[in-house]
Amino acid sequence: MESKLALSQERIQKARELATSIVGPVLDFVDLHTTVTVERATLRLAGADGADADGVPVPNLVVDQLKGRLEDGALLYYVNALVKTGGTVADLNARIAGGLDVAALPLGDRGTLEAKAAELVETFQRRVKANRAHREAKQKQFEGRNHSPLLYVIVATGNIHEDTKQAVAAAEQGADVVAVIRTTAQSLLDYVPYGATTEGFGGTYATQENFRIMRAALDEVVEREGRYILLTNYASGLCMPEIAAMGALERLDMMLNDSMYGILFRDINMYRTFVDQKFSRMINAFAGIIINTGEDNYLTTSDAVEKAYTVLASQFLNERFAYAAGLPPRLMGLGHAFEMNPTLHNGFLLEVAQAQMAREIFPEAPLKYMPPTKFMTGDIFKGLAMNSMFNFASKLTGQGIHLLGMLTEAIHTPFMMDRFLALDNAKHVMNTMEGLADEIEFRKDGVIANRAKEVLEETVVFLEEIDGVGLMPAIEQGRFADIKRPADLGKGLDGLQKKGPGYFNPFEDFLKAELGL
Amino acid sequence: MIIRPYGDTLDDGAVQLSFTLPVPDGPKGREAARLFVEKLGFKHVDVVHSTALSSGFSMYVAYGKTETSVDYAAIQVEEATGAKVYTMDEANAVIREKLGRKVVVVGACTGFDAHTVGIDAIMNMKGYNHHFGLERYPELETFNLGAQVPNEKLIDYAVKVNADAILVSQVVTQKDVHIQNMTEFIELLQARGLRERFIVCAGGTRIGNKLAVELGYDGGFGKGSYAEHVATFIIDRLIERKTVH
Repeated sequence: MESKLALSQERIQKARELATSIVGPVLDFVDLHTTVTVERATLRLAGADGADADGVPVPNLVVDQLKGRLEDGALLYYVNALVKTGGTVADLNARIAGGLDVAALPLGDRGTLEAKAAELVETFQRRVKANRAHREAKQKQFEGRNHSPLLYVIVATGNIHEDTKQAVAAAEQGADVVAVIRTTAQSLLDYVPYGATTEGFGGTYATQENFRIMRAALDEVVEREGRYILLTNYASGLCMPEIAAMGALERLDMMLNDSMYGILFRDINMYRTFVDQKFSRMINAFAGIIINTGEDNYLTTSDAVEKAYTVLASQFLNERFAYAAGLPPRLMGLGHAFEMNPTLHNGFLLEVAQAQMAREIFPEAPLKYMPPTKFMTGDIFKGLAMNSMFNFASKLTGQGIHLLGMLTEAIHTPFMMDRFLALDNAKHVMNTMEGLADEIEFRKDGVIANRAKEVLEETVVFLEEIDGVGLMPAIEQGRFADIKRPADLGKGLDGLQKKGPGYFNPFEDFLKAELGL
Repeated sequence: MIIRPYGDTLDDGAVQLSFTLPVPDGPKGREAARLFVEKLGFKHVDVVHSTALSSGFSMYVAYGKTETSVDYAAIQVEEATGAKVYTMDEANAVIREKLGRKVVVVGACTGFDAHTVGIDAIMNMKGYNHHFGLERYPELETFNLGAQVPNEKLIDYAVKVNADAILVSQVVTQKDVHIQNMTEFIELLQARGLRERFIVCAGGTRIGNKLAVELGYDGGFGKGSYAEHVATFIIDRLIERKTVH
């Protein structure tokens, strides 16, 4: 891609080196630890599923039984129980749901357990590779039928069966990506509910059965519309890797996946979630799932003009974390947003500068561009105009994943017609100016080029500061999103576990080998 | 003074509407839309636009004129319960101006109740339904202790951080467990001679101001309450106390 901003490659390189240096110590910590949800995710990859009469999921039952022994890896005991009971994975799940204590069984020969685990890894990898192959085949079959950028909408009824109707309608109206937003505060549950759900608050529970139901509904539309529809959910919060595991098994295509978001906006403990993030990203990488990072949220608390550099800095960090988990750039949906005050004189130029800058610095990443939310009011007419400007900026700067703004943002979860009007607006704007980006160059010393230069420079300075103090202390000091989070507080810290000398996790070993880590 | 909506002539009663019907787009759908608007009481109904949202849904834009009117002079606006509700920015400004220090708020979902939904909606940065939580208020210092916090522990923590206000959230109300728990909290405070030291609020979907006050709290926040309501209540009470003492 030809640069329109003439950004200094040396400064970009400098920022990447700083990001590598900043992320390094965090990754060192991560590699020595596991968590309750990493263990539960591993069990899920092995086939652990179902729940007991009280609704406690089987993976939680197993991990709860292993208090004090988690450093060995929960899979060791699960596989041991499988060998000892001699049945199938489904049989074992039923026994555990019925009260079997896997911790009570004497451990068998390690070699036998390794061989049994290898079978489970084989079943898992076949299933996920088949999912990947199916996605790739459909995308090839319907090549060129998706919009560019991908038009992304959210459904949020709370009832998975109602969600499928809304999602199908949105796909028929032209949406390329459908995200099922989760029920309020699911991110703070330290378990993933089991089965289909019909009640949620402001969203729908992420469960494996709900994933399957929505995937099946969208697959029908894929054939009817001749366009691959990507399904998105949220591998974030306290069950990051478990949701990633479920998504890999049920062929989701995108996952919100960013521990910085959880730390800052959900008060999740940073040690816990950095460990969770790495394993979840490894699963996503293997499953070919595009991650979406949450930098856009910084601008809902901080000023989008003043703190633009925190977004770019976080993109550099997220890129490094993603590489470390085996994600190639084409799966890095780095986030940013169109959140400047609409009354700002020439604000649109600054928005274009930010978006074009991200595009040029991360040329292969399908950048996830978020619509205006902070300055949306009940004035739906102005809201529609702001969304048009956002659509224009996105197409002009070649963004990858375009989350559609709703004219009723800040009023209610979208009506069916709100979603239609958003899609209609985006298609109108993007069609009428399709070739404009190719016609335009920016003045070398103009407002846009200078703004991008300035933000990049501020980013390098900011990354230097963080490199000086360390990423975790920087978060403690409130340098991101103006929010302070102490390292030893926040939710989920008690679920952190140092790996023991005999830590057993053939799924992690498999993923590392497969991803070249 | 009798008034009607204004299009371009006084008293023309012109109104624009847009809505969706669960039927396919077409002549029958448009007639359904026109009849619907007529049934709302509009005259001279004009369905100016229709479009299919999907095979079974269609959207309409319609205009109509109404003879319905209201007597503007006779309207009385009931004061909202309590004083004016500050926006987040106003709340921060009032704290800076009138109190001149950070206000410390401690919150928790107490007893065996494991639901953080309520306390998080009020306290978490992200807030709820586009109403930012107390954590986002720069002039507030907040501590959200989460769920299943014993009453004793919540009080200890409030003493430790020298809190101005304590928020008690209760979501589970089966067998009135919330009432027992909320009562125990107040009794503990009184037993330790701390009741007057804090502003104490209760919140939850089934907890109204009336119930909370009856149980000895300063205020209660039920359905439809957001962070700004709680912040306003705390700030106004603190200012009140400052002027009294």
